[in-house]
Amino acid sequence: MALSLEEVRRIAALARLQLTPEDERTFAVQLSAILDYVRQLEELDVSQVEPMTHALAAGEAAPLREDEVRPSLSPEEALRNAPEREGTCFKVPRIIE
Amino acid sequence: MTKPAASMLDLTMEELSRKLAAKEVSSVEVTEAALRRIEATDARLGAFLRVMPDEARAAARASDARRARGEPLSPLDGVPVGLKDIFLTRGVETTCGSRILEGFVPPYDATVVERLRSAGAVIAGKLNMDEFAMGSSTENSAFKPCHNPWDLARTPGGSSGGSAAAVSARQVFGALGTDTGGSIREPAAFCGVVGVKPTYGRVSRYGVIAFASSLDQVGPLGRTVWDAAVQLRHVAGRDPRDMTSSARPVPDYLEGLEGGAKGLRLGVPKEWFQGGVEAGVEKVVRGALATYEKLGARLVEVSLPHSRYGVAAYYLLAPAEASSNLARYDGVRFGLRARNAKGLKEMYGETRERGFGPEPKRRIMLGTYALSAGYYDAYYLRAQKARTLIRRDFDRAFESCDVVAGPVAPTVAFKLGEKVDDPLQMYLADVFTITCNLAALPGLSVPAGLHPAEKLPVGLQLLGRPFDEATLFRAARALEREIGALPAPAGI
Repeated sequence: MALSLEEVRRIAALARLQLTPEDERTFAVQLSAILDYVRQLEELDVSQVEPMTHALAAGEAAPLREDEVRPSLSPEEALRNAPEREGTCFKVPRIIE
Repeated sequence: MTKPAASMLDLTMEELSRKLAAKEVSSVEVTEAALRRIEATDARLGAFLRVMPDEARAAARASDARRARGEPLSPLDGVPVGLKDIFLTRGVETTCGSRILEGFVPPYDATVVERLRSAGAVIAGKLNMDEFAMGSSTENSAFKPCHNPWDLARTPGGSSGGSAAAVSARQVFGALGTDTGGSIREPAAFCGVVGVKPTYGRVSRYGVIAFASSLDQVGPLGRTVWDAAVQLRHVAGRDPRDMTSSARPVPDYLEGLEGGAKGLRLGVPKEWFQGGVEAGVEKVVRGALATYEKLGARLVEVSLPHSRYGVAAYYLLAPAEASSNLARYDGVRFGLRARNAKGLKEMYGETRERGFGPEPKRRIMLGTYALSAGYYDAYYLRAQKARTLIRRDFDRAFESCDVVAGPVAPTVAFKLGEKVDDPLQMYLADVFTITCNLAALPGLSVPAGLHPAEKLPVGLQLLGRPFDEATLFRAARALEREIGALPAPAGI
């Protein structure tokens, strides 16, 4: 199956990934080859099969606990890696014109 | 290349631990030796993204002080180890092999890092890896390639290539890696060390940069089975900060380690020996199986009919999870931000275009496609159902055997550059390791010998029932004791 350049652009937009025209062409070819390969899953009869949605058996993990206040990062620590900040906020480019 | 002079760096972790306890060597001495070895070799090897000499020296001095005071110490106390750069280290840059995290200094330690520190281990630095753990050769590192200590023209495997290379090259005595589709076992096999992918849920993933959250698992690499087992014992176990970590008690893996292979039933999947393995690799693997028979184990043929669908299912599920996990790298809260973008959306797009290398981009695209409207049932859901079938194969196999045994990889370490232009060929390097992650089982790679023609290490893969790492360690130790340790790698 060949993925069109238009589809590649649509997926890139969904993924918030800006691609160069060269990347678009490369990915169209490479993703098409990978999708052809994974298509072999169509040979399987999965009509009676439940999906494996959890890697662990039920009850193995995820116990319930009390909802209680515990120590966490201070705002200063949480903001230390911010590319841009103002006060105790992350600053981003303008969203609404 | 010169062979390393016989030194304390040639000791196994087990031997070093004994000498530290007997005060025949100090942690400061061995840490200085390790730092010198890294300094002397790493420009050629490329195993480290960041060496931590000051932190390591401080930790070594603290360990020696604890010992001088006569405190009870763990076997890891004072032992130099390395960390794949996927583990958050408080105050020390952590990049996950990606430009998008260049300069990122985590405000906290991963749970496994905390546990290594509290066991007294000396962390020598952060190790090279494929960007976001995506790859099988460490060539996807955004910073530099890593080389195989047995032959510098070859890859160490990946994605935990730096971890395997550093342990093999005697830069450190052990290391932690992560394994999502073979990323501990394949480099361990290529570099001639022991590598363990524990059962999903055995080790906390808190503070471990996420790739595919239903498949990722943390595990140790060491030069011997004992060395790997002792590391796992110290990092495994329930962590309230990781909802998927199991509350099952962690057994003392060292206790039954010398139990031997007598009576053990080894399941040999017939589908794994149907022409997909290079002849010399197959010979070494079959040799190891024959050794087990000699040791009193019984070989049982088992069938894993759906394992041939493993790579296909994996390359839908892992990219789908990755596309979601990597959405957080958007230039807002940490890491790279594209400056001068006109608006928020442009800032996202440009940041991610500049920050991610080709492989993460490829997988984000693939995963976004597999999850997008109209394709979910055909791709993602079908792959999850294939995952059920793969797990059932193993459940059936374990009715007639205790351990499944086979090759780790179809070939020995391949050459740098050999597969970089063909992503699908690179993905197929994981054909024997991937099903273990899909089925959420524990898996281990142990050196089985050297390839007869290439003189490069070949690994034997052992897979176990969920949470039965102890049997894998015992089985691997029996082989290791029988065939002896590999010589030090000749390439570095």
